[in-house]
Amino acid sequence: MSYRPKPRIAHPGLKKNALGLTRRDYEGGMSTLCAGCGHDSITAAIIQACFELAVEPHRVAKVSGIGCSSKTPAYFLSASHGFNSVHGRMPAVATGANAANRDLSYIGVSGDGDSLSIGLGQFCHAMRRNLDMLYLIENNGVYGLTKGQFSASADVGSKAKKGEVNEQPPIDPVLTALAMGGTFVARSFSGDKEQLVPLIKAGLRHKGFALIDVLSPCVTFNDHEDSTKSYAYTRQHYSPALETDFVRPAEEIMADYDAGAAMSIELHDGSRIVLRKAAPDYDPQNRGNAFAYIKDKLRDSEFLTGLLYVEETSRDMHALSNTAVRPLVDIGWDELCPGSSALPGILKRYR
Amino acid sequence: MKPTDTSDPEYFHRVVDCQWACPAHTDVPEYIRLIAQGEFTDAYMVNRESNVFPGILGRVCDRPCEPACRRGRVEDKPVAICRLKRVAADLKGEFRDRLPVIPDISNGKRVACIGAGPASLTVANDLAPLGYQVTIFEALSTPGGLMRTNIPAFRLPGDILDSEIDVILDMGVELKLGHRIDSMAALLGEDWDAVFVGSGAPRGKDLQLPGREEASANIHIGIDWLESVAFEHVKEIGEKVLIIGVGNTAMDCCRSSLRLGSSDVKVMARKPRDFFKASDWELEDAEEENVEIVVNHSPKEFVLEDGRLVGMNFDQMEYQVDDDGRITDQRVIGERFIPADDVVLAIGQDNAFPWIERGLGIEFDKWDVPLVDETTFQATRPGVFFGGDSAFGPKNIIWAVEHGHQAAVSIHKYCQGEDVFGRLPVTMNLSSRKMGIHEWSYKNDYNPLERRLMPHVGLTERFRKLNIEVELGFSIEQTETEVQRCLNCDIQTAFTDQLCIECDACIDICPTDCLTITGNGPEEDLRQRLKAPADNTDQSLFVSGPLKHTARVMVKDENLCVHCGLCAERCPTAAWDMQKSRFSFPYATDEDEACRRRNLRSA
Repeated sequence: MSYRPKPRIAHPGLKKNALGLTRRDYEGGMSTLCAGCGHDSITAAIIQACFELAVEPHRVAKVSGIGCSSKTPAYFLSASHGFNSVHGRMPAVATGANAANRDLSYIGVSGDGDSLSIGLGQFCHAMRRNLDMLYLIENNGVYGLTKGQFSASADVGSKAKKGEVNEQPPIDPVLTALAMGGTFVARSFSGDKEQLVPLIKAGLRHKGFALIDVLSPCVTFNDHEDSTKSYAYTRQHYSPALETDFVRPAEEIMADYDAGAAMSIELHDGSRIVLRKAAPDYDPQNRGNAFAYIKDKLRDSEFLTGLLYVEETSRDMHALSNTAVRPLVDIGWDELCPGSSALPGILKRYR
Repeated sequence: MKPTDTSDPEYFHRVVDCQWACPAHTDVPEYIRLIAQGEFTDAYMVNRESNVFPGILGRVCDRPCEPACRRGRVEDKPVAICRLKRVAADLKGEFRDRLPVIPDISNGKRVACIGAGPASLTVANDLAPLGYQVTIFEALSTPGGLMRTNIPAFRLPGDILDSEIDVILDMGVELKLGHRIDSMAALLGEDWDAVFVGSGAPRGKDLQLPGREEASANIHIGIDWLESVAFEHVKEIGEKVLIIGVGNTAMDCCRSSLRLGSSDVKVMARKPRDFFKASDWELEDAEEENVEIVVNHSPKEFVLEDGRLVGMNFDQMEYQVDDDGRITDQRVIGERFIPADDVVLAIGQDNAFPWIERGLGIEFDKWDVPLVDETTFQATRPGVFFGGDSAFGPKNIIWAVEHGHQAAVSIHKYCQGEDVFGRLPVTMNLSSRKMGIHEWSYKNDYNPLERRLMPHVGLTERFRKLNIEVELGFSIEQTETEVQRCLNCDIQTAFTDQLCIECDACIDICPTDCLTITGNGPEEDLRQRLKAPADNTDQSLFVSGPLKHTARVMVKDENLCVHCGLCAERCPTAAWDMQKSRFSFPYATDEDEACRRRNLRSA
């Protein structure tokens, strides 16, 4: 961390987006994470993605639980809504918020502890409900805030800073998401913004639960030799399966793609994601194949990255629950509550 | 691109824009920090080492440092460097005990300097401490050269000039006033070990137009007229005055006219404002005094009535200017008569050496200007050196000082029988400014303060006398604010590629988007691929060696770095560090020490 906020001075040639805002307008408060923390890079990627999408900051709600990762919503989009909830309970809060106001964009930031240990149940049920939100796991394999104990995502054989070896198998969030019916499942690395920024943009525009598991090295407790979540190890075992380009609605696809290896998927708002496959036999729309392929690669100690599975035709929580199209917050009290005279009629239906 | 070699002093020197732009390489950020700490005498001495006349230059320097200042690119206005220099000079304490000790015994070498302007005085300042007997010949009755005769006292008071010149004269330098050198041959016939010519560019350009001869009583050559005003030979001027030309001399002429009783002063410019030679601040100061600057008027003739000047006729001009600001075409669109009682010509000046006989081995070029080497300042005759305006034509005081320093080095080497071209290199020292985990021994916070404005004496009060100094100098409050505007460009961002783990922390935190990690490529290509546009090709790109994880390179565009040190604060492996660069520019005394060391070694 630094003890000073970033000065407000900016490059005079800074670009403006459709709203007339610069990237700097999407920043938040001063980060108090360790210098070099991967989480800060993810923060920068979120800022970049929101700027490029010309997201209106006041139409975004940031939600988080507890942990180093869960501090980060304070460091981006200072003009947005935010809720820092109880450990592992962010999905419940996000569900409530989304139920009340379906028109906001929801960005949930969680960590491997928050999502895979105390909050594993909440995490799974949010996916089962297909809650319309972007859910980022800043995954570093340790509990950084409590001095570096192994977390549930630590790999077998990975050594802690003081030398203990992890013997328990990890819970992989990507495989978990595929098993739980996740409709947008991606993995990326904090040190690769070229991949991460388009993924965040696509995730924000996906209608449903968009999970991005971001490998985010902990410089203080998990960046040593024999760590499997260090900058060096991640770069050595990092295998982009698919390169993702995000194309906004009505925008022309400019890049020249090799017809056989590229596939275009249209999202609900008319934007498209173009996936360029590095591995020809990989199919990101076949859940079973994707699961097997990722598992095989993990066995070979390779982190497969990119948008690994996407299903754009699925229905989100509101569609599944058949709720009103208008956000509940916009519906007046008189309309929302039928009043005590209507109550006997409702109760009668259950008799 | 090849990895940048930051061990070459030039790389980091260019980053310190002000110091790079200063002909004498004054260590500006260092003295501004000293002023911030209240160490005014130290700040004065840092100045004096390179520019010799901080009190004078703090008022009237041409300030090449200010247009170069990085703050002017990051925001709008540069740091008021020159004003701060004056603060150091105004508030300094006793400093004479810090001057070099003058040896009791001379080294037996005698050097003649012609003209007591800034160049000769600098030569004396550098050589006297080494035991040289320096004699300065001055035609006028006071020393200072153009600093005294051409800069009016309302800009540069005489006592400031006297005090800084006296420091040099008190080093045992002999000054012969009222002693004009009429013959170089005669001087060379005397027993001098070296001769330095610092006689300036003393001939003002004339304007031969119809009526020039007949109206000569009311037509004045700018620099001669200013000299007459300075020595009080001229005490008045007509009601209506036209100044021809729009350089800094013109500004001094128009403001002097106002103080000698004229009420209607017009400065006549041939071209539009973008082509003015005068510094912006001198134009502003003149316009504040209600001088009218008339553009696009080309002088045509002097108009007389009854044998007396009544005005001038001008061609009214129109210019075609292209996108690069160059004039591509011009035409006359009319004629205009402007009444005047007096006209002052301030259209430039030339070197003039009627007193240097030909055939002495001092060769002249086709414009009748002596051939002078740009490094050694030596003429084609060994042992004769030129500096200041007399070397390469009119420049300014700070250039004259630098010429003096370099000529002094040459004179010393020449007198010691060494090769004048075998000069010591510029050297650099880097030392970390890290004190603790997030503590730096400099104030690295960016302060969004606006440039302070110089307070002036009131518009009526200042005209009561010719020598009321108009600029009052910064107050303590103004100084406190202005020093915070300096970006500390001498605290360099030093990068060690072997330590970098490519975590992107520095890139994310950099407020001005200077940093990028990317694949290497040719410079034009790299400049296109950086996080923010790197369009200013005057500013260097730093390129690291290949980084150990991905073999990409760290690229830094130096252009808009505010030296806030956040990259170094956020770096987990200390691959970035903030290091103070201190450059050593060799003076005659350094050459002397090196010479002694060589002699000791061989003995």
